[in-house]
Amino acid sequence: MNKKPTKSNHPKSNHLGDFIALIKNDRKRFALIGIIISALGIGFLFASGLTPTSKMTAQKFVALQEGSAPHEGFRRAHAKGICITGEFVSSGLLAQYSKAAIFQEGSTPFYGRFSIGGGNPTAPDLKSPVRSLALAFSQNNGRQWRMAMNTPPVMAVRTPEDFYEQLAAIFPDPETGIRDPQKIVDFFKAHPESAAFVEWKNNYKPTNSFSTEIYNSINAFYLVDAQGAKQAVRWQAVPQAVPNYNIAPDAPSDALQKDMAELLSKGAVKFDLVFQFAAEEDAVADATQPWPDERRKITAGTIFIQGAQAQKGGICADTNFDPLVLPSGIEPSEDPILRARSAAYAESYRRRARETLLGAGQ
Amino acid sequence: MNKSSAVKYPITARLLHWVMAVIILSMLFLGVSMIQSFAPWQNVALSLHKSFGTLVFILVGVRLINRLLFKPPALPSDLPHWQAFAGRATHVLLYTAMIAMPLSGWLMQSAAGLEVSVFGLFNLPLIAPENIKLYSLSRELHGLTAWLFFGLILLHIAAALYHKLIRRDDVLDSML
Repeated sequence: MNKKPTKSNHPKSNHLGDFIALIKNDRKRFALIGIIISALGIGFLFASGLTPTSKMTAQKFVALQEGSAPHEGFRRAHAKGICITGEFVSSGLLAQYSKAAIFQEGSTPFYGRFSIGGGNPTAPDLKSPVRSLALAFSQNNGRQWRMAMNTPPVMAVRTPEDFYEQLAAIFPDPETGIRDPQKIVDFFKAHPESAAFVEWKNNYKPTNSFSTEIYNSINAFYLVDAQGAKQAVRWQAVPQAVPNYNIAPDAPSDALQKDMAELLSKGAVKFDLVFQFAAEEDAVADATQPWPDERRKITAGTIFIQGAQAQKGGICADTNFDPLVLPSGIEPSEDPILRARSAAYAESYRRRARETLLGAGQ
Repeated sequence: MNKSSAVKYPITARLLHWVMAVIILSMLFLGVSMIQSFAPWQNVALSLHKSFGTLVFILVGVRLINRLLFKPPALPSDLPHWQAFAGRATHVLLYTAMIAMPLSGWLMQSAAGLEVSVFGLFNLPLIAPENIKLYSLSRELHGLTAWLFFGLILLHIAAALYHKLIRRDDVLDSML
């Protein structure tokens, strides 16, 4: 049975003509094959998003962020920043709530990044309304923990679709290049869930240093203990230094970066990593709702920032601070904004990686 | 009717073929949709994608070894040369894609500084240092290969149906 193919009575031909003749003799069956293959192909195009869709996607989001003239090779959001290194010294107080190795008593090295909001890598430090602290911890079991914390404690909106509308209202009109401040006022009016954010925004006073801001996880996560019990939490990096709100009017464009370098030349910059525990009735999947201040807070440990370096060629340059890179013992909440952040960061990372590969430099 | 008369691939080969076919097609559809989605399932999809990708990488190794252990059923003797050649070329490219997809996926995760967790059971070691250029190269290769792979699979399915419906030979039956 397993004989090799041998010449048979059928004349062999390499001509396409015979093949075409075959098609003509069996049109219906060929059409059937064509329909099956086309259906699969169209299904794939549909899944890939090449077909028009009204759905919000990571690509649409990043396209809005970068506008018509992206700064190639830079992050699409929080483009300007500096790399930092240091270690986290755990108090051990959170170990009973999460099996993550980082919460055991002891220290974990990290690297990270201070940055300001916006897509412009040369924007003046003190003009940005948002500052950020991103950290990447490397545990010895190989599971990383990455976080990207910001100065606002809450989001203005609770869904990615609304977040897109919020950004569209903030950004200049893509056609005219003109920013209309009325648009964002109207947006907040149309979104009552933004009340807590707007209140924070109106009361927030920037300090003259990265070292004296409070940085928030914003979205909630779950701590998971060894028995699998879950506790919803948010966390903050709370500065140990005393804030100074006097900002010199003639401060240089790199004021915050220079300040950080100077502080570090004198010693470590310290933050407490404070976890807030949600109660039963608190909104876990809704980043617009702050939890009452009297909720239980536990200081997981202290962040010692010991070194800083320029982001160009720095240790943080090649890292995507995706908040969904979590060790076992920490899980994401159901907050849809959290998925959106992860997906949009990945798309931003892919774009700047491609630009860097093709020679665009930071 | 002629099913019984067809010389079949060994059961191991048929099993590997169909199990991998289901996983790979699911992975391709999942892959292209999850990279744009903001849906809550996106994160779960990512970890499943990585886990099943590792499984495919292991299975393709098993399959290649298995492939050396048997002689596949011969092609029909009256098959035109160009079709036999196209078939062989497609199979070589399909195997290449089956290896290139998980390998580029593993490489891009490593270059992003991330270990791949396999069904939460164990982590794959990093096979490259964290490097954004290497990430981009492997990321784009992963995406591009996905499209070529899907095209090859369509060609493969079209050819199988052509054998069954037009030529009415035993080629498809040998894999059923």
